[in-house]
Formats: sequence, structure tokens, C-alpha cells
Amino acid sequence: MNLTVNGKKAAIADKESLSISGLLDELNVADPLYVTVELNGDIMERINFDSTLVRDGDEIEFLYFMGGGRG
Amino acid sequence: MLTDEQIERYQRHIALKEVGGKGQRRLLDGRVLIIGAGALGAPAALYLAAAGIGTIGLVDADAVDLTNLQRQVIHFTSDIGRAKVVSAREKMTAINPGIQVNTYQEWVHAGNILGIIGDYDFVIDGTDNFAAKFLINDACVLAGIPYSHAGILRFDGQTITVRPGESACYRCIFPSPPPKDAIPTCSQAGVIGVLPGVLGLIQATEAIKLLLGKGDLLTGTLLVYNALAMSFDKIHINRNPKCPICGETPSIKELKDEVDAVTHCDLEKS
Repeated sequence: MNLTVNGKKAAIADKESLSISGLLDELNVADPLYVTVELNGDIMERINFDSTLVRDGDEIEFLYFMGGGRG
Repeated sequence: MLTDEQIERYQRHIALKEVGGKGQRRLLDGRVLIIGAGALGAPAALYLAAAGIGTIGLVDADAVDLTNLQRQVIHFTSDIGRAKVVSAREKMTAINPGIQVNTYQEWVHAGNILGIIGDYDFVIDGTDNFAAKFLINDACVLAGIPYSHAGILRFDGQTITVRPGESACYRCIFPSPPPKDAIPTCSQAGVIGVLPGVLGLIQATEAIKLLLGKGDLLTGTLLVYNALAMSFDKIHINRNPKCPICGETPSIKELKDEVDAVTHCDLEKS
């Protein structure tokens, strides 16, 4: 299965089904609890991470909190 | 009209067809608020002052300390212990005596922020903690004031410009702050000193473009920068219909402080 993850092509081993949660796990995304996921241009609700399956050609962005600036 | 001194001072601006005398007049009539006179705010404040933004507000309750000087280029070694807003105003008016710098030596909170931002055309978020970042987003969305968000950490930075009601806001991406101490701060994890220079000047550029009405803002676009890879990635962000403040059925209708998001840095200060 070919996905685009954060702008780069990512080949994921074919499985029966892979959820967004599974993808976070598969790609060893750090701190998955605090990652926002954008699927094909739309921000996902966290409650749908388990039930939403990725499909060939999906474009996925992982967005991270970044807090610094003033201090 | 511009004076002879202004025509000479801003000649390189006026020579640009996108600026000209009219555009420079717009900048001189412009009002930009910078919240946080630190790493992001320092370069933004210096360049906006030089550019002739007529009124610049600075909000920060902090005093300069030695660890700031690795990146907060508006403050000098001799400023250690002095209020950041006073130190910053001094440098800005030394560069350009023709501008007005308003200082607010306080932290923003739900009780004071609307009264401060209401006087400005554009707000630059140069803060270092999630409580302030969410508060600034909420206040700007509720007041309908465009603003620039930025965050930095280690070698990474990201920034987005928000036009309330028209483009995605910070809560469209991150509906609520992370629990305190879940995400490391710069004081814990470090930050390469040049990084906020890059990000702060992107924020200042957005302010100038907004005042001029020229170019494309980073609205609906999160710019993600990595200094090690020297990569700039633009991620398109649609408005989120479920956004708790600018979505279809917003749950946030008035400002409140995100006390759970208070960070290690804040605890050190109090």
C-alpha cells in the first residue's frame, strides 16, 4: 500500500486492514497521544483513529505540538 | 504624506512596486502587537521597527536573564535584570525614533487580553507556553483579529497565520492543549538560537504583507521548518467543522485560561 506521509511516499506492507492508530504504531510515531492527524486534507477526530482505515493513495500528515518561542 | 526624512529612510521599500509611498504610509499607519518579547518577538520587533510599522505593542512581564541572550537578540548583556519590554523598546526606538512602542509589562490572561489586542490590526504570538498560545488564538478568533502563531523546539519550528472566520485556527489543528509537561519546552529540550530568528521574521513578514494587502498569507497553511534538513514544508489545513471555537457548533464562547496547560516554565516563574 502506497501512502504519502508528511509529504513523502511511504510504502506500507499490505495488510487486511490498517487503522490510523495502527499506522501511528507501524511508523513508530513518537507521543501518538499528542499527534494530530490530517487525512486527505481534513483534521481527524481522535475518537475515529481506531475505526478509520487507511487506503492506498491516502495523504496523511502528522502534526505536532510545538510550544516554545518566548522564553 | 511622507516627510523627506521618511522618503529617504524607507527608500528601499518605496522602490518596490508592491509598497511604494502608499504602502509605506499603510505601514506607518499600521498597528502590530507582539506578545512575548523573547526569542520570536525579538527579531520581529527589530525588523518591524526598522520597517516603520507606526505603532508596535509589546507584551511581556519577564526580565532579561543570561540564558535569553543566546537567541533573544534585542536584549544585550547590559540588560540582564531589566524588564524585557523596556529593553526591547529602547532598541526599537533607537533604530527608528519615528515609531510608537506601547509596552505592557504583564502576562496575558483571560481577563486582560481582549483589552490589549483590540487596539491592533495584527497580533504576533511569540509566547512559549500552550496556555498563552491557546488564549491568544481564542482571543483573536473571538475579536476577529488576524494573527500569526509560531512554535519552536530544538531544530524545528512551525507557523500559521489565522484569519478568524475565514481560515483554519490553531484549535482547528489542536482542539485542546496537551497536558502540562507532556510536550517538552525549549528550556527543557533546548533550541538552536538561530531558529526563532527564522520563524520570528516569517511572522513579521506576515504582518507586513497583511498591512500592505499584498501577497499570500500563510492562512490555511502550516509552514513546518526543520533547520537540520533545511526543509520548509507547507501543509494545507482546512477549517475544521468540529473546531471548538470556530467550528459549526462552537463550545468555547468566552475566554478562559487553560490552567491545565501551565508549563514547567510558568511554575518556575511563579
